[in-house]
Amino acid sequence: MNPFRYRTAADPDAAIGAALGGATFIAGGTDLIQLMQEGIAAPDLLMDINGIGYSGVASDLDGIRIGALTRLAEVADDPTVRARFPLVREAIESTASGQVRNMATVGGNLLQKTRCLYFRDRAAPCNKRAPGTGCSAFEGQNRINAVLGASAHCIATHPSDLAVALVAADAEVILRGPAGERTVLLESFYRLPEDRPDIETVLEPGELIVGVWLPIAAAARRSRYVKVRDRASFEWALASCAAAIATDGGEVLEARLAVGGVATKPWRLARSEAALVGRPFGPGAIREAAALAAEGAEPRGRNAYKVPLLVATVERTLMELRGAG
Amino acid sequence: MPDGQSLDITITVNGEARTVVVDTRTTLLDALRDRLHLSGTKKGCGLGQCGACTVLLDGRRIVSCLTFAVMAEGKAVTTIEGLAQDGSLHPLQAAFVEHDAFQCGYCTPGQIMSAAGLLSEGRNGTDDEIRDLMSGNICRCGAYTNILAAIRDVLPRESGR
Repeated sequence: MNPFRYRTAADPDAAIGAALGGATFIAGGTDLIQLMQEGIAAPDLLMDINGIGYSGVASDLDGIRIGALTRLAEVADDPTVRARFPLVREAIESTASGQVRNMATVGGNLLQKTRCLYFRDRAAPCNKRAPGTGCSAFEGQNRINAVLGASAHCIATHPSDLAVALVAADAEVILRGPAGERTVLLESFYRLPEDRPDIETVLEPGELIVGVWLPIAAAARRSRYVKVRDRASFEWALASCAAAIATDGGEVLEARLAVGGVATKPWRLARSEAALVGRPFGPGAIREAAALAAEGAEPRGRNAYKVPLLVATVERTLMELRGAG
Repeated sequence: MPDGQSLDITITVNGEARTVVVDTRTTLLDALRDRLHLSGTKKGCGLGQCGACTVLLDGRRIVSCLTFAVMAEGKAVTTIEGLAQDGSLHPLQAAFVEHDAFQCGYCTPGQIMSAAGLLSEGRNGTDDEIRDLMSGNICRCGAYTNILAAIRDVLPRESGR
């Protein structure tokens, strides 16, 4: 590991100032330290932001605000999250291990790096890690890579479970930078790789995620996160689905759907949602919505299985929600 | 070394304040083993994937390989060496012996500290839920059946969170 200097930030402005000067933030450290151990990240100055506040879950009448430095386990244990956002709790409880959930923060989880084999292999060309070197996954070992949102430059999936649940729940991220705070819909916070896969979000230099705003919605109460993976626990998603449904008299009033493990960013399924709204919440509408999830999918060989897996995962999630009505 | 690469830190380890000078690159795991000579905490993958280095930090289980020692400044760490009290094994240690919950023993301190974290964090559940809660601890000998039985003996039967 490269030698680095370490400082602790006493307040957000000190952290932002240091970042403008080139410092790298560290909070939970669970992703960054792996990247440093493997030589993928080599910061000169680590700015520890654990002491700047922004920790905890605060409930309001119309939503909840989750501090960016709240540990994943604390979010999943929060009574309001458990009662009003089952999909968020389920996404977190299917993330990593109990130890990692006690360390990892919400902000860090949203910014964690892809598990693409080539991104994490310093010897391999990778446009995300070393822009302009090429994409090794495009014709390579791409079983875990994306079938949606990819470009000729990058087919890496976004690894977060929580981000998928939050995108389905219409969450916003609260960013703080040199010019103050701004709020961005989480779905718009992530960029498609296009020709610059190294730029993953709309974060500006010096900007820090300080929180997540989750609007209270009737649909979120009846919600689910289903994760399909190579083993039953402590593994990244091959496909996942976050779904929230509100019905009245058996008819769908509101539907929110997002998928993970299959796309270059947490992937909202607007057309699948539209296929459900206004119709009886039954197998017919569910199958149609699930089929639409794979619209535009472009498999690259070894990941072709993800197209039917994605459809089946969406169908299973919705059928489970129907059963839980 | 250039400024800032070596720092003085004080950590409370198993109830005792310990001060050491560490390079910023030193993980909490390496500080415990190599600087404080508490070699009960094991180094497996060094990447947070095996759980052999599990310790409690302020009462919650973590993997000590994925945190730098400098980040533990002022915090309280409990390692496997801190579980037995007055010469008596912790109930989890006794249950692991009773159930023969290990073969080679390399993962055992991490398994026990992870289960100690379930106790201190108030986590519990069905057998399947405990398997899931313990999935951050890998046992290459495959002693999982007996590990579960040992933990089941100590965790209260009522359901937790």
